[in-house]
Parts: sequence; structure tokens; C-alpha cells
Amino acid sequence: MNEKLKLSVSPHIHSGRSTQRIMLDVLIALLPATVAGTIIFGLRSLLVIAVCMASCVLFEMLFNLIVKKEQTVSDLSAAVTGFLLALNLPATVEIWQCVIGSLFAIVVVKCLFGGIGCNVVNPAITARVFMLIAFGSMATSAFPTVVDTVAGATPLVEVHGGRTPALIDVFLGLTGGTIGETCALALLIGFVYLLVRRVITWHIPVSLVGCVFVFSFFMEGFNVIDALVLVMSGGLLIGAIFMATDYVTSPATAWGKIIFGVGAGLITCLIRYFGTYPEGVSFAILFMNILTPYIDSWTRHKVFGEGGAAK
Amino acid sequence: MKNNGNLSVMLKGLIKENPVFVLILGTCPTLATTTNVEGAFGMGIAALVVLVCSNILISLLRKVIPDSVRIPCYIVIIAAFVTIVQMLVQAFFPSLYDMLGVYLPLITVNCIILGRAELFASKNPITKSALDGLGMGAGFTLALCAMAVIREVFGNASFAGIAIPFLEPYKIAILVKAPGGMLVYGMLIALVYVITRGKAPKKTSFSCEGCPSAGNCHTGACLEKGGEQ
Repeated sequence: MNEKLKLSVSPHIHSGRSTQRIMLDVLIALLPATVAGTIIFGLRSLLVIAVCMASCVLFEMLFNLIVKKEQTVSDLSAAVTGFLLALNLPATVEIWQCVIGSLFAIVVVKCLFGGIGCNVVNPAITARVFMLIAFGSMATSAFPTVVDTVAGATPLVEVHGGRTPALIDVFLGLTGGTIGETCALALLIGFVYLLVRRVITWHIPVSLVGCVFVFSFFMEGFNVIDALVLVMSGGLLIGAIFMATDYVTSPATAWGKIIFGVGAGLITCLIRYFGTYPEGVSFAILFMNILTPYIDSWTRHKVFGEGGAAK
Repeated sequence: MKNNGNLSVMLKGLIKENPVFVLILGTCPTLATTTNVEGAFGMGIAALVVLVCSNILISLLRKVIPDSVRIPCYIVIIAAFVTIVQMLVQAFFPSLYDMLGVYLPLITVNCIILGRAELFASKNPITKSALDGLGMGAGFTLALCAMAVIREVFGNASFAGIAIPFLEPYKIAILVKAPGGMLVYGMLIALVYVITRGKAPKKTSFSCEGCPSAGNCHTGACLEKGGEQ
């Protein structure tokens, strides 16, 4: 049949944006953090990133081949998952652990639930949590200079120990942590890019980070500098900007997004101050991912005309 | 089930109606005792013995037990056998007894045993009930061992307490923890579903009497959906 005569389902106006384009934007937004991570932690970071991306794409391809599903690798979502996962790992992570983490992210979290759009939780963040629990050695071997830390929480441990790292160090990322999470400057550049490209809205990152800031501000005895350091350390920024804003696993409405962000921020602070792990962003986002369907149903827009008195 | 041959009564417990992976019964001991192969095997055999004995006795007494007090009667019978098994294990396998801890007396309230008493032994003759108990017990043991092998080998780099040196650097510690148990359990359920797809019993074939949530369910929704079994 003639292409022009085909009648598609409404809406008939297409914005021209595709999953592929959005994922490409996310990849571009992650580049500054990658550059910063490579400068701070050395060339091995690039190896970790390459392995994670390659194995994520490969596992998705293999899974689709085995279960005879349409090939979805070209939408770049697997590549984004691999990239994000790698940025959430310390540069010293073992290569086989990267492969296991990618396998978990793609096959268990994403493909078994039905592939892109059907996953209940964010694959990258779930894989980060999985690896944190699975490979206890990963967290400790990550930072040869600091002993009692879990991925990326070095400044947090220092703050708790009474020594506040310099604000500028935390801002530029010259601290311990995973490849992509330390450099606040690079992450903020990525955030601005995503906002300009309208890939994400401001609601989740701002409410999440704002909530953590306010909480830390009170807990640190109204010290703005300490609160800023706490906000820019750990995995908070990368989590708030890149992981919490995943379309599939975050609420669709503006109010829902704010509830999501505040909830994740509160849980993060509770874990940071009262939990056994120094860092809790990934657990908090994972938890809010699971609550997302409920938040969506609480904050559903009222359709015009719905619920009006029948005449 | 349509086919009532004695052999099929026994074999269905292994895969097709596996109590753990298909009927999703006995989840608690499944998750708790599968961190190592020894404990899982011991647990499976202990449950198997209790299951066979209680099935036989309940089947014998099925015409005597009044319908209104059948559950307490089953529990008393099962508890008696569990006590015997517990004493035997304590006497002859003290290390296993220590390993299983509270989960050994908890066999009393294991859903598989009560479930088979209610679903099968109370309606079928002795031979069939015994075979059903044997099959279900074997299925339970098989399921526990399958989970335990995966969890112990990859999570702890050992098999039944014997270390596997070449896996030592590649331990995935989460597997021996509670979340790992859930993950392995879920994936094995999915695997068994794929293997038995189309052959596994539909919910409707149990009827509402056999459904564990029948007490809270007033809709009979699964009967309507499932249709004409």
C-alpha cells in the first residue's frame, strides 16, 4: 500500500523525538563526567566503561536472539545502561564483576520483565546495588587510601569523622569514589545539557538534591558549607540527574516527580545518618522506583469532565 | 488430574506439580535452608519422611476424621511425625540438627505437608497417598538441592562444605544472603514455567477448596478466567 495512505493510531503529530535520540542525548550528557573520571582515576576507567557497555549490548542482543524477540539494541538503551553502570563503579573494579553486573542489569532487571519500557526498576541502579551487596570486596578494594568506605562515600565518611573536605575538591571531584560520581562540575554540565535538550525536567533532581540539602543543613548545625559538601559528594548528583529521571521508573506527573524526589532524598539522608551504609542514594532511588506506580495513581491528572455530576 | 496411574501420581511431584516451583508452597524453609547443600538435602529428606508418614495416616483416617475439625487433626498427626523425625535427627545427625535449627520443628506448619493432606491424602486411598507423598517430598528435596547447589557453589565457592578453590576469587556473596535467595528462587520458578509451559496445572484444576487464599477470596475470579476445567 502507498505510504501516504496508511492511517496510524493517533496522535498524528510526531515530535520527531525517538528513543534512540533521547538515549544519544543521555550518552552525550554523560561525556563530561567520563572525561573527568578518566582524568581523576586514570585510563582504566575507560576500560571499565567499554566492558560494561559492550557486555550490556551483547547480553541484550543474545537475549533477544534466544527468545526470538525483535532486536532492540539499536535504541541505545542498553548502551546507556552499561555506561551508567560503569560510571557507578570504582575504576579498580574487577572486569569479570563488570560482566556479571551487566548481565544482571540487562537480563534479570530489564529483559526478563519484557525489555525496554517494561522494567520495574532502573537496571543500572539495581545492578549497582546488586554489585554493592554481591562483591563486598569491590567496595573496600576501590579506595586503597581509605579503609571503611562503600562506593563513593569517602567525603561522607570524612565529614562524619569531623574533617570537612574542601568544597572546591568535592566540586571538581578530587576525592575517592566511583568513576563518574565524584566530579560535581561535570555532572552539572550534563544536567544543563539534558535540561536544554528537554530530555528531563527539573523536578526530580531539584527536589531530591534540595531535600538532601535541607536535611543536611539541619543535621550539620546550620552549616551551609558542610551541607553543600554533603550534597556534592557520594553518588547523589549522578543518581539524581541520570538515574532517578529514568522515564520508565519515575512518575509521569510534575507533582509525582516532586514526591518521588523528596521521598528519595529523605531515604538517602536517613540511610546516610542512621544506616549502616555511608551512602544510600542508590537504595533510595531503587525504593522509590518500586513506589512509582502508586505515586502515579495518587497524582493522576483529572481528565476534563471526569467525575462531574451527571445531568 | 485426569491420569490417575500410580506412577504419574508419584512423578508429577518432581517437575510438573513441583511443590516449590509450581505450587509455590513451603517458601519459607526453601529460602532459609538453601544456603548450603547439606542443610537443604537434610531438610528435604526430613520433610519427605514426614510427608509420606502423614499422608499414609491421614489417608487411613480420612473416613473417621470429621470434616469440621480436620485441620486440627491433620496438624496433630503431622506434629507427631515431626517430633519423631526431630528426635531421630538430633540423635543421629547432631550437626544437621544444629544447622537446621528452628526450621526442623517448623516442618509441622510446612504448607506442602498440610496442603497434600488437605488436597490429596484426605480424598485418596493409601497407596496413592503414599506415592503422592513420596513424589512431592522428592520434588521438595530436588527443588531445595537445586537452589542450594546454585547458591552454595556460586555464592560460597563450595559444595556440601567442600571448598572449590578455582571459584574462590569469583564468589558472588549476595547469593547466600536473603536477597540472593529470592533472586535464585524467582529465576528457577521462571525456568520451570518455561519447561512445563502448557502442561502445568492451571489454578482452576485445584478448585477453590485447594486454593490457599480461598478464605479471603469471595470472587472466584480465577475460576471465571480459567474457564472449563
